[in-house]
Amino acid sequence: MSNEARKPPAQIALKVRRMLGGKAGWNGVAVQFAFAAILGWIGYEIVSNARTNLENQHIAAGFGFLRNNAGFDVNQTLISYTGSDTFLRVFVVGLLNTLVVSVVGIVFATVIGFIVALCRLSPNWLLSRVGEIYVEVLRNLPVLFQILFWYLAVLAALPNPRQSISLLGITFLSNRGLVVPSPIGQSGLEPFLAMLALGVVASLALRFHARRALFQEGRMIRIWPYVLWLLFGLPLATVLVFGLPFTFELPQLRGFNFAGGSRIIPEFVALTVALSTYTAAFIAEIVRAGILSVHKGQMEAGSSLGLSRGATLRLIVVPQAMRVIVPPLTNQYLNLTKNSSLAVAIGYPDLVSVFAGTSLSQTGQAIEIIAMTMGIYLLISLLTSAVMSVYGWRVSRSLGA
Amino acid sequence: MKRVTLALTLALAAGLSAQAADAQTLKTVKDRGMLSCGVSQGLPGFSSPDDKGNWTGIDVDVCRAIAGAIFNDPTKVKYVPLSAKDRFTALQSGEIDVLSRNTTWTISRDTSLGANFTGVTYYDGQGFMVKKSLKVNSALELNSASVCVQTGTTTEQNLADYFKANNMKYEVIAFATNDETVKAYEAGRCDVFTTDQSGLYANRLKLANPNDHMVLPEIISKEPLGPMVRHGDDQWFDIVKWTLFAMITAEELGVTSKNVDEKAKLENPELKRVLGSDGNFGEQLGLTKDWVVRIVKTVGNYGEVFDRNVGAGSPLAINRGLNNLWNKGGLQYAPPIR
Repeated sequence: MSNEARKPPAQIALKVRRMLGGKAGWNGVAVQFAFAAILGWIGYEIVSNARTNLENQHIAAGFGFLRNNAGFDVNQTLISYTGSDTFLRVFVVGLLNTLVVSVVGIVFATVIGFIVALCRLSPNWLLSRVGEIYVEVLRNLPVLFQILFWYLAVLAALPNPRQSISLLGITFLSNRGLVVPSPIGQSGLEPFLAMLALGVVASLALRFHARRALFQEGRMIRIWPYVLWLLFGLPLATVLVFGLPFTFELPQLRGFNFAGGSRIIPEFVALTVALSTYTAAFIAEIVRAGILSVHKGQMEAGSSLGLSRGATLRLIVVPQAMRVIVPPLTNQYLNLTKNSSLAVAIGYPDLVSVFAGTSLSQTGQAIEIIAMTMGIYLLISLLTSAVMSVYGWRVSRSLGA
Repeated sequence: MKRVTLALTLALAAGLSAQAADAQTLKTVKDRGMLSCGVSQGLPGFSSPDDKGNWTGIDVDVCRAIAGAIFNDPTKVKYVPLSAKDRFTALQSGEIDVLSRNTTWTISRDTSLGANFTGVTYYDGQGFMVKKSLKVNSALELNSASVCVQTGTTTEQNLADYFKANNMKYEVIAFATNDETVKAYEAGRCDVFTTDQSGLYANRLKLANPNDHMVLPEIISKEPLGPMVRHGDDQWFDIVKWTLFAMITAEELGVTSKNVDEKAKLENPELKRVLGSDGNFGEQLGLTKDWVVRIVKTVGNYGEVFDRNVGAGSPLAINRGLNNLWNKGGLQYAPPIR
C-alpha cells in the first residue's frame, strides 16, 4: 500500500469564490459584480453628461487644441521652442522643465540628506547640534515660503546685468541668472565622445572582472591606473589626433542682457535649492532612522576588525540600513516631484505653469488639460516608485533577506 | 491649488448637473439675494479693495449697477477675486454670475469658452513700462530685454507677436498674479513690465518710486475690456449688456446721479422713455420700470464712473481718449432705448 499523499481535487471554482467573494461565498461574488457595474455606470454617466453639457454650453471639447499654435514664449526650454509651436510641444517643454527640476532636486536632496543624517549621528557635539537645527528648521517651515524666500533672497542679493559679478571674465552672475560659456562642437567632437564612451564601458568591464576575481578567487586587482588611462588618456589622445572636440562661446554683455553662452535662470536655482534643502531635512531623518535600525553590534564588529568608522558605515551599516531607508525615501522623491508644481509662484515655467496655467487659460479647455496634467504626474510618480521598488528589491536580495 | 479645485468643480458641475445650461440666472440671483461677481485680485481703477475691504473701480461699478438694477441696493454683491488664469473656469462652473474683470474681448474667448462678452467697458491697448534709468524711449529699443508678464492673458501672446514681427529677441518671465509680476519687475528680475496701458498706470502707483518708471508711447494691441456671462441664458445676457448701455445713454442725455430725479420729472419724450415713466422696457428685461434711475442713482452715468475710478477725479488721471462718447471723438456708443 502506497503512502503517497492523495492529490487534492481541483478547486478552481472554490478559489475564484474565495478570491472574489471572501467569506461571503457566491453571494459575495454577486455583490462585487453589482458594485463594479454601479461604479462603471456612474463613471459613464459623468463622462457622457459632461460631454452633453459642454456641448450645450458651446464650450470647446476634445484634444484637437493640442495641434493649435500656442502663440506665447517660455523662458527655459530644453528642446527648441518658439511661439509658433503647438500646445503639444508646450506640454513637452513644461514636462521636461518639471523633470529637470525634479531630477536635480532629488540628487541634491539625497546628498544633503545623507550628509545631515551623518552629522546628526556624529559623536561630535557641534556637528550633531547643527544637523538637528537644520532638520528642525527646514522641515517645519512651509515649502512655498522657502521657495519665495530663496527667490527673493537670490534676486535681492544679486546686481543687475550691467554690474554683474564676473568670475575670470568668462562667467557672470547677475539677477538674470548665471551665464557660463557654452561648448560648441568642433570636428574632433565625435571621436572624442566615442573614445570616452569606450573608456567608460571598458572601465565598467574591468571593475566587474576585478570583483569576480576578489569574490571567487580572493585576488585583489588594482584597477584604478587602468581606469585613469581609459577615461582620460584615450580621449586626450583623440584630441592630439583630431583636434579640439569643442570650443567655448563666451557670454558678452549686449544691450540689456548677455548674448552667447548658456544661462541658468534664477527661478530654476531658487526652486532647486528650496526643494532640495526642504526634502533633505526629511531624508536626513529617514536615513538616521535607517542607520539606527542596524544593531550597534555591527558597528562594534566593524571596529574590532580594524575598519575605520567611515569604512564601517560605508561597507557594513549603510547597506543594511538601505532596506529600511528605501521605501520612505521613495515617498520623499515623489513629494519633491509633486512639490515642484509650486514653481508657478516664482515664474519658473514648469508643467503646471505653462500647460495647466497659460495653455489652460488660452484655450479654456480645463477638463482636458487638468486631466492630462494629473495623468502625467501619476505616470511620473508610478515610474519613480517602480524604479525604487526594483532598487529596494535588489538591496534586500543582496543581503539575503 | 485654487485652479485645480475650480477645474474639478467644473468637471463635477458639468458631469453631475443635467440641466446646467438653461439655469435662470436672474431667478437664482434673486433667490440668493446676492449677485456673485468675478473681479481682479487688485487692479486700482478697475477692481481693488480699500483698507476696509470695500471694492471700488470701473469693473466693480458694473457689478454694483447690476445689483442696483435688480435689488435697488448696490451692497448686495459678493466679490470673488480671480487670477487671470482662473477667471473663465469660475464663470463656466457657475461660481460667479458675471465676470467683470478687465478681460479682453477676443474671438477665441467669445466662441470657445461657452461665454459671451456683453459690451466694452473700457477700450484699452497693451503698452510697456521701463525704468527711466535705462534711457529707453521706444519699445523698438527693447531688443534682448527681459520682460515680466502675467500668465494667462492676451498680453503674453501680443508680446510674442510684437517681438517676432520686429525681429527682436527677448526673455519672458510669466507669473501667476499681477502682484507677483510687479514685485519681480521691481526687484530687477526684468527690464520691462507689460500689460494693458491702464494697468501700467495703475500698477505704477504701487511701486515704491512711481516717478522712476515711465510708460513707453507704443500701444501694440487692441484690448477692448468688458464683462462676460455664460451661454444659455439670454435674459441674463440682456440685463448685463443693457446695464452698461443704460450708463452710456445716461451720459449722452446728461443724466447724472445728482440730477436724475429732476430729469425724471421733465416732459421730454426720450427722458420719459429712458427713465421709465413711459413704456415698459425694464419689465421686458425682467427688471422694474425705473431700472435706469436705479442704475444712475447707484453708480452714476458712464462719465461719472470713468472720472471717479480712472479719470480726472482719480489718482490714475487717465484721459477719456477712446472711451469718450461717440459724439465727442470716442468709441462709447449705446443703441437707443426705445
